[in-house]
Amino acid sequence: MSAAAGTRPALTVAVIYPDLLGTYGDGGNGLVLARRAEWRGVDVALVQAPSDRTLPRADLYCLGGGEDGPQVRAATTLIDDGTLARAVAEGAVVLGVCAGFQLLGQEFPDAADRPHQGLGLLDVTTRKGTDLRAVGELVAAVEEDAPRRSDGSPLPLLTGFENHGGVTTVGPGAAPLARVITGIGNGGGDGTEGAWHGRVLGTYLHGPVLARNVALADLLLGWALASRGESLPEVALDDAEESALRADRLARVGSLRASTRSGRSHRRRRRR
Amino acid sequence: MTAPGSVSTRRLAFRPAVAVKVASSINWLSRQLGRGSGTVIGGRAGLALDPKLLAILAKDRNVALVSGTNGKTTTTGMLVAALTDGDSVPATNTTGANMPAGHVAALIGARPSGTVVLEVDEGYLGQLIEVAHPQVVVLLNLSRDQLDRIAEVRMLVDKWRAVLGSLDPAPPGQAGTVVVANADDPMVVWAASTAPDVRWVGAGQVWRDDAVGCPSCGGRIVFEASGNWQCDRCGFARPERFAWLEGDVLVTADGTRYPVVIGLPGQFNRANAAMVAVAAAEMVGTYDQPPVSVATALARLSVLHEVAGRFSTVRRQGRIVRLLLAKNPAGWTAIFDLLDESTQPASPVVLSINARVADGFDTSWLWDVPFERLAARTVVATGERCRDLAVRLRYAEVGHQVVPDPLEAVDRALQSAVALTGAVPSGPGDPPSVEFLGNYTAFAQLRSRL
Repeated sequence: MSAAAGTRPALTVAVIYPDLLGTYGDGGNGLVLARRAEWRGVDVALVQAPSDRTLPRADLYCLGGGEDGPQVRAATTLIDDGTLARAVAEGAVVLGVCAGFQLLGQEFPDAADRPHQGLGLLDVTTRKGTDLRAVGELVAAVEEDAPRRSDGSPLPLLTGFENHGGVTTVGPGAAPLARVITGIGNGGGDGTEGAWHGRVLGTYLHGPVLARNVALADLLLGWALASRGESLPEVALDDAEESALRADRLARVGSLRASTRSGRSHRRRRRR
Repeated sequence: MTAPGSVSTRRLAFRPAVAVKVASSINWLSRQLGRGSGTVIGGRAGLALDPKLLAILAKDRNVALVSGTNGKTTTTGMLVAALTDGDSVPATNTTGANMPAGHVAALIGARPSGTVVLEVDEGYLGQLIEVAHPQVVVLLNLSRDQLDRIAEVRMLVDKWRAVLGSLDPAPPGQAGTVVVANADDPMVVWAASTAPDVRWVGAGQVWRDDAVGCPSCGGRIVFEASGNWQCDRCGFARPERFAWLEGDVLVTADGTRYPVVIGLPGQFNRANAAMVAVAAAEMVGTYDQPPVSVATALARLSVLHEVAGRFSTVRRQGRIVRLLLAKNPAGWTAIFDLLDESTQPASPVVLSINARVADGFDTSWLWDVPFERLAARTVVATGERCRDLAVRLRYAEVGHQVVPDPLEAVDRALQSAVALTGAVPSGPGDPPSVEFLGNYTAFAQLRSRL
């Protein structure tokens, strides 16, 4: 997948610290991005960046979910390393999911609810929820002022799975990504899900969120290419299987909610 | 067909005696009505009548517990086989009934003073150790599994560690609880290193992605090519081993070498066999259990070819279909290793995925499974979550067909097998024409239809 002619370095997608973050198959996001670029003829390199080495420079970074201890370690290491903050200042794109979303923010809690310093790349603050974890299918409608696709149309419904104990508040320096239709999302009572600012985007839709939301994947690829003065080639991909999966999950959300009420899923109740 | 109350209730006090009667009657009724295998429901009723029932029933029995993320059911079946002496068969819990209600049901069916081997859900291990006073606890491995349902790996490890640390050392001249633990899994080692009496077995470990962070200090666990490991920051390291596996030979610290030639396939089952052989030899001294040597235990495993349908083969359209169960990334990785060992690498594969309560509702784990390894095979995706699987396979660039009905999927794969190898039916001993891999309920669904 690397550039043979050497005219221009390959578009680099880096999965950050898969040895610490990536409890829920989050590495899949890097794979989805790389394949969708490659299938359109973009020269792309997918890099797994382990925590014991300096973070490589990349055009697009993916941060996955993780357990409390590794999450703290990942944040500390990334702050000490400094590469990610510099890359973002120079236009790199970041997708953070679940714990990765939390550690992009100003502050997040550990297992004992002690606050830890985040990367400060997204103006969000996370504290520990007082009730059960938020676990289950999440559907959210993207906000009016959220980023749009290259043709100007809004992103379709976001669908995925959430599993977190944190409650995240979006500060004035960032904007909510979407409004929750089903599920918990940020959980602060304002019905929001995720956050974004510039080319940094975070969401509680963990795991391979981009596999279920390929329009979001293409949006991130478009951003990363735009930073290099390029654009995503207009090659239509056959997304029939992704569409079938989306249709299947969106159609079942109603019945999933019913099963939640009967106590089959440990979904956290709203505290109001 | 067993009549209610097959265990003597005469020696029990009134309350537990009633609980046993009720539990076994309900189980008997459940079986008569064809409402199930009749284990959990009666056990549940018994526990409701007397919460101490499990402790009372476990008293005066030789109890062995088996827990871990992967291989519980198979290893439990193997330990039962290793401890079986002619007509003297240990009691055990039926497939999947690995929580206290299932344990009660197993104990009700057990003769007094007999040996009992119980598969235990990871989350209930502490409770079982406290009430059942086991002679042996077998700890296989710990990795990510159904994270929306069960506590994350590290929370579980800390729970195990606390319970194992509270075990009393054996009084002089008496047997205490012996923990047989996998020395190659840092999570298991962290949990078991608090126990007073441990036999560390180097059984190997397929999946290391959940063990990179040191459970002791948060440092990094470094694995050497030899399989040895230690933390780069603190002194946490692989303990001195009592026995270890070298390929298909079990070596004990005194230098004895035992060939591990068993009926079940795959390196992970040889690993399970190593744990079982050491565990079986520890079930000594009390009640009716005659001593079993490591060699005897292994010999008894040579004739065991399936456990609860896992690794079993069925004949369909004159061909052999092998049924394999894998529930999480570590399990799938081990099964892919097994497929690579097979003499017929080209056989088509049916992958069946469900996401019910017993499977976990979240299918994100599919992205942690190295499906890329199936690229050279004919693959049919099926099950209730075949759409999730299909998308995963697309990004793995594994060509596949989607056939939502599992039985139709198997037949489609059989057609491909015929196209690949010709129309000659399989003979006995031939390799499987089709490999069926399902997660928990997907596996059970297919078995019930074959």
